[in-house]
Amino acid sequence: MNPAIRIEQVTKRFGSVQALAGVDLEIAQGEFFGLLGPNGAGKTTLISALAGLVRADSGKLAVMGHDVVADYRAARRLLGVVPQELVFDPFFTVRESLEIQSGYFGVRGNRAWIDEILENLDLTAKADTNMRQLSGGMKRRVLVAQALVHRPPVIVLDEPTAGVDVELRQGLWQFVRRLNRAGHTIVLTTHYLEEAESLCGRIAMLKQGRVVALDTTANLLRRFSGHTLRLRLAPGLSLPEALKPHVAGEAEGELAFALESCDEVEGILHSLRGAGCRIDDIEIGKPDLEEVFVRVMNSRT
Amino acid sequence: MDGFLTLLYKEVLRFWKVSFQTVAAPVLTALLYLLIFSHVLEKHVKVYDTISYTAFLIPGLVMMSVLQNAFANSSSSLIQSKVTGNIIFMLLPPISYRQFFAAYVLAAVARGVVVGLGVLLVTLWFVDLPWRAPLWIVAFALLGSAILGALGMIAGIWAEKFDQLAVFQNFIIVPLTFLSGVFYSIHSLPIFWQQVSHFNPIFYMIDGFRYGFFGVSDVPPLLSLGIVGACFIVLTLFTLRLLKSGYKLRA
Ligand SMILES: Nc1ncnc2c1ncn2[C@@H]1O[C@H](COP(=O)(O)OP(=O)(O)OP(=O)(O)O)[C@@H](O)[C@H]1O
Ligand SMILES: [Mg+2]
Repeated sequence: MNPAIRIEQVTKRFGSVQALAGVDLEIAQGEFFGLLGPNGAGKTTLISALAGLVRADSGKLAVMGHDVVADYRAARRLLGVVPQELVFDPFFTVRESLEIQSGYFGVRGNRAWIDEILENLDLTAKADTNMRQLSGGMKRRVLVAQALVHRPPVIVLDEPTAGVDVELRQGLWQFVRRLNRAGHTIVLTTHYLEEAESLCGRIAMLKQGRVVALDTTANLLRRFSGHTLRLRLAPGLSLPEALKPHVAGEAEGELAFALESCDEVEGILHSLRGAGCRIDDIEIGKPDLEEVFVRVMNSRT
Repeated sequence: MDGFLTLLYKEVLRFWKVSFQTVAAPVLTALLYLLIFSHVLEKHVKVYDTISYTAFLIPGLVMMSVLQNAFANSSSSLIQSKVTGNIIFMLLPPISYRQFFAAYVLAAVARGVVVGLGVLLVTLWFVDLPWRAPLWIVAFALLGSAILGALGMIAGIWAEKFDQLAVFQNFIIVPLTFLSGVFYSIHSLPIFWQQVSHFNPIFYMIDGFRYGFFGVSDVPPLLSLGIVGACFIVLTLFTLRLLKSGYKLRA
């Protein structure tokens, strides 16, 4: 089976900016994949190269085995892209925009599917409204809808939830999850890391046009982030010498211990009790992607 | 094929939805030219022996409207899509660059022809035109609007801002159309300017178009058709090259 997306040694330079510096990535069919990275890391450029909006300087990209240059028509038919920029055509209503987009892909008689998309994105009431009259979040939803009109097996969403309210964000993710369960491959970029953590099975982190981390979400969390024990001692008490090497950080009197596993809590508490330390406040932090992200971004240049 | 038809439909719908600006306004402009120029010049200018100035002027105005509107259609559509960013809706689907070209040019032809028919309709009221060779009329209207549609594409692809497009329009298209014999026969010009006019492709479009109405022209219509046809082929090839390379559309 062809991978949904195959990216080999892709480079792209804009003037003096090396936007992509040799990216290799393979995403299997059916994955829910996260593409993360700080502003300017090259996420949008990579997606644009995949969609044929940008021409890579070197390297190869393919969608479901179809090269995006040599076999662009097949590749584009299989790909749905939600662009990062909030763009729309002010001449048309929501439904007209979707029908026209459908036609561009050569899909006819698409009314039932368009209705279903509208329903799922909570746009039914706005179907005959002109694009100009929609709020920003609604325009964003129409962009999502436009990317889906031709039922692409591979769907790439470039920050689809920027500017979308909480309720809709949840609705959108439910819909996207359902598409994923139905077999669609999903690639997502977002700056909301908790979203990526809960949705994506695998994650690539991009920095200055390079992939600096690539693993399953679970592995990344395990590798770069663990449980943390934070506690505050009663005033006037100091930490026993034996525990000092284990302290990972201290801020405003709050001590943080990085834990390999939750079992270690027992030992630390035991030592404290033995030294007669009273604890004012205690908290156990779970591993989170934000911490992973920060560590990965700071660990290499 | 469906992608092409949809793009053509969208481009036609785009100007049709605002036909007050895109059709009615240029018809009114042409009508004003006719009223003013024929009022001022009817008694003073005789072009060919048997043709009144007003009759002579009408085909020129019709063709000028056809050409300017064909150019305006493709150029303004492209620059708007580029500036607003919605051009990506057309770049993401599997539409080939040839289909892309054909859809924009045909929509430009449609706008040119609709405006031309409008001008013809409102001006028919003033004089009876002889309609000597209708096929020539159709041929020059279609070829001329296709050429200006292609030029509009080139301008729309090249320009990054609306004012760059305005430069293209005001310094190239408008002078070429005004100096092409819309308002006069070039035989009334000094020799030097007659010769200069022969380098203006729009001159041949107007002259050939007018031949279709009166059966007389400044140069033989077949020669005009050859020159206009050659222009069309050259511009088509050039535009297709631009599109294929992705110039300014695919970074
Ligand atoms: N068309 C362009 N012309 C010039 N430079 C560009 C162009 N597109 C992107 N760049 C540059 O390439 C680099 C990568 O940009 P890109 O948009 O891919 O980043 P990103 O990871 O999507 O960032 P963000 O999270 O802000 O969306 C940036 O330095 C950007 O300035
Ligand atoms: Mg981006």
